[in-house]
Amino acid sequence: MKGQALFATLILKRAGAGIFTLWFVSILVFAASAILPGDVAEAVLGQSATPETIAALREKLGLTRPLWEQYGDWLFGFVSGDLGQSLASGADVTQLIMDRLSNTLLLGGLTAAIAVPFALLIGLVAATFPGSAGDRAVTIGSLVLVSVPEYLMATILVMIFAIKLGWFPAVSYTTEFTSFGHLFSVMVLPILALSASITAQMARMTRATVLNILGSTFIEMALLKGVSRWRIIFTHALPNAIGPIANVVALNLAYLLSGVVIVETIFAYPGLAKLLVDAVASRDFPVVQSCALIFCASYTVLMLVADVLAILANPRLRRGGH
Amino acid sequence: MKNHLSFKNLTICRDDTGAAIVKDISFDVAPGKVVALIGESGSGKTTVSLTALGYVRSGLRVTGGTVTFGDTDILALSGHALRDFRGRRIAYVAQSAAAAFNPGLTIGFQVAETASIHALGTAAERQAHVFKLYEELQLPAAATIGDRYPHEVSGGQLQRLMAAMAMSAGPECIVFDEPTTALDVTTQVDVLKTFKDLIQGHGIGAVYVSHDLAVVAQIADEIVVLQAGEIVEHGTVEQVINKPQHHYTKLLIAASDPEIASKTAKLPKRPATVLISDSSKHAEMMPTEGDPVLRIRDLCVGYGATNRQGEPSVKVLKDINLDIKARSIHAVIGESGSGKSTLARAICGLTRFYQGQVLLDGASLSPDLKSRTRAELGRVQMVMQMADVALNPAHTIDKILRRPIQYITGETGSAVDDRIADLLHKVKLPADVARRLPRELSGGQKQRINLARALAGQPRVVLCDEVTSALDTVVRNAIIDLIWSLREDLGLTFVMISHDISTVAALCDEVAVMHRGHVVEQGGTESTLRAPRHAYTRKLMRSVPHLRVGWLEQAIDHRHTDTQLVLEG
Repeated sequence: MKGQALFATLILKRAGAGIFTLWFVSILVFAASAILPGDVAEAVLGQSATPETIAALREKLGLTRPLWEQYGDWLFGFVSGDLGQSLASGADVTQLIMDRLSNTLLLGGLTAAIAVPFALLIGLVAATFPGSAGDRAVTIGSLVLVSVPEYLMATILVMIFAIKLGWFPAVSYTTEFTSFGHLFSVMVLPILALSASITAQMARMTRATVLNILGSTFIEMALLKGVSRWRIIFTHALPNAIGPIANVVALNLAYLLSGVVIVETIFAYPGLAKLLVDAVASRDFPVVQSCALIFCASYTVLMLVADVLAILANPRLRRGGH
Repeated sequence: MKNHLSFKNLTICRDDTGAAIVKDISFDVAPGKVVALIGESGSGKTTVSLTALGYVRSGLRVTGGTVTFGDTDILALSGHALRDFRGRRIAYVAQSAAAAFNPGLTIGFQVAETASIHALGTAAERQAHVFKLYEELQLPAAATIGDRYPHEVSGGQLQRLMAAMAMSAGPECIVFDEPTTALDVTTQVDVLKTFKDLIQGHGIGAVYVSHDLAVVAQIADEIVVLQAGEIVEHGTVEQVINKPQHHYTKLLIAASDPEIASKTAKLPKRPATVLISDSSKHAEMMPTEGDPVLRIRDLCVGYGATNRQGEPSVKVLKDINLDIKARSIHAVIGESGSGKSTLARAICGLTRFYQGQVLLDGASLSPDLKSRTRAELGRVQMVMQMADVALNPAHTIDKILRRPIQYITGETGSAVDDRIADLLHKVKLPADVARRLPRELSGGQKQRINLARALAGQPRVVLCDEVTSALDTVVRNAIIDLIWSLREDLGLTFVMISHDISTVAALCDEVAVMHRGHVVEQGGTESTLRAPRHAYTRKLMRSVPHLRVGWLEQAIDHRHTDTQLVLEG
């Protein structure tokens, strides 16, 4: 009972805070795009523009109206479910985003499906045998991977596998996947580049959390009952590690949705982040705004999921008490 | 089936320095017999007892001797053979059940796990055995208690559940590591009795580790006294408590019996000549002795949602009235959960009170810490139980003392240096301690710094929350002496929150007994403890173990009538 009430309040509170955050972010993004020099009319017309054509296009797109009116229109549309049209291409923003979002989800989902279990596994192995050769390999390897910037990692991967060896394409730009083999060859380099940094982070966190728990008195007690090492790890240590691990996994998943700008750009992968970068370049405010809000919402939701998992894993929180 | 547990010339050293932790330990535990290992913390008694399970904590190494159980050389076991031995042949009961139970698993799972990993019987048989153990250990709601999580049962129940966990695989021998130390005296009596019945009923041998001779006298057949890693005395319980040979054993005996302790206390009960010339500053603000410096009127504290009258849903303290006389040492005793620590926290402002008044020298203190002035904060200072936790490990002693001085008195520069030197002098520590970090000091020295930190605020009243309970007998007596002399020399008033009746009897002028958020009895220490009027105080006094074989059975006999009276009162 107590636990359910706790959940309801937590989720309501977070939903409220999330909506407020989204609104605040939308103002920030709008303000930022207003401050940037140049506008969509200049960007679309490019070098050949004359002051007259620019003025005409501005008039047509409604850019001459007061800023608060532009923002108000967009906000009203957004709340009623209309993301508006792209100022640059006139295309429907909802349609634009849906295409890109599915690509990003594909890349992010595949990366997560590989990186998360792998990271947890090597983190656990490292924690089970602290000080062993395997542990040192995980510790040092993850430290190296965390410190290598993504663009460098992506560039190195392209140099080796695309240019020197020629196994995979250097560019992952494609609209349709013809076969699984095709999908694999196109996606493997971006997935590797993305996995490198998030695996390292999650593995380190898993190792630290589990090692900390293995130092507890109740683990010593289990040992003295004759419980085996693996049973101690999986039955006694892991349930207590779920909270902190869920948190770092959620952070990394949110990053997979929103923080992949560099990897998507290098591989020219048609994902959401690439859309955002292009929209910023062309000052396409409705697209920028929608992308930013999707990223923000994904962070909020994933962190909420992590907190709910942490509560579910902790009987003291789940069943109440103090 | 009937096997002897034998320790022969056991020596254990530290891995890094090679220094011996325990030296040349030899003793035998016969089947069905209980051998107590007694000594202060750091004497190596836990280290010795854990070798019976083939376990040596990391950083230590067995460098000599053997531990055998029947034909089994325990220290030679490893891997599967060792896991098979642990829990099934010899089991372990840890000091703190709260820490030894996994917070994320149900109690029932953990209790039955010992039997299930050793694949003993069917699941149904194991369950039936566990239910039988619950009943034997007098646990309530045997059918459902296993579905609960560790935080959902009381400390006394959890300690019994750990005994059930140890018994679930039917071992021949159990190592008890201070199994009642973390419990209240009133709970300790019952738990001790169930442990004793369990051991006798199943005819199992036991190594019983404790620092408390009076407890050990109730349950053990033999006593092994350890000091600094060596056996200094070994004999039957009667031999050791009636005719102790070694001076260290005599010291322990003197400290463990409340009757002997209060008789042998060398402290004068009335203050000697007041040293006014010594510190004129203090003399000015010193009121005449006997006037209350701190008055508590109808104090109520609670937590949870508040109703329209501003009363919280859970009430911890109810209408507390206390007068603390100037220059007195006033004890507040009671079991854990009785609200004695909450009272101290409410007085110093750490916990808000929603009703009533705290009057210091006649002036009302705000319930809210933030609304109190710095001078007010300084005048009521708190000393926490664990100096280890209360002192910032990254700060030098100098910094730990400097900050409250600057914050409360506003002094700067060399005046602060002088005050720090003065404070260290007052708590009888050398001045060069200031440069050190807390971890470079001993437990007793840290507790002195903890006191000095409170004195830095130039308090009228010092609240001491169980300041001696984490300390060993000898160190504890030194801290008691210090508190006594601080009262004498500086005219300070102390409120001692404690569950240690012998400390209270030796040190305090007055005592208030708390039970379930009420002060049930108060008065002079001597009269209150010798002739308690309230049924709960009587129960409390009867629960303090006496160094006498057979005391436990007597206490249990009285138990029934006392409980009846407490419920009625």
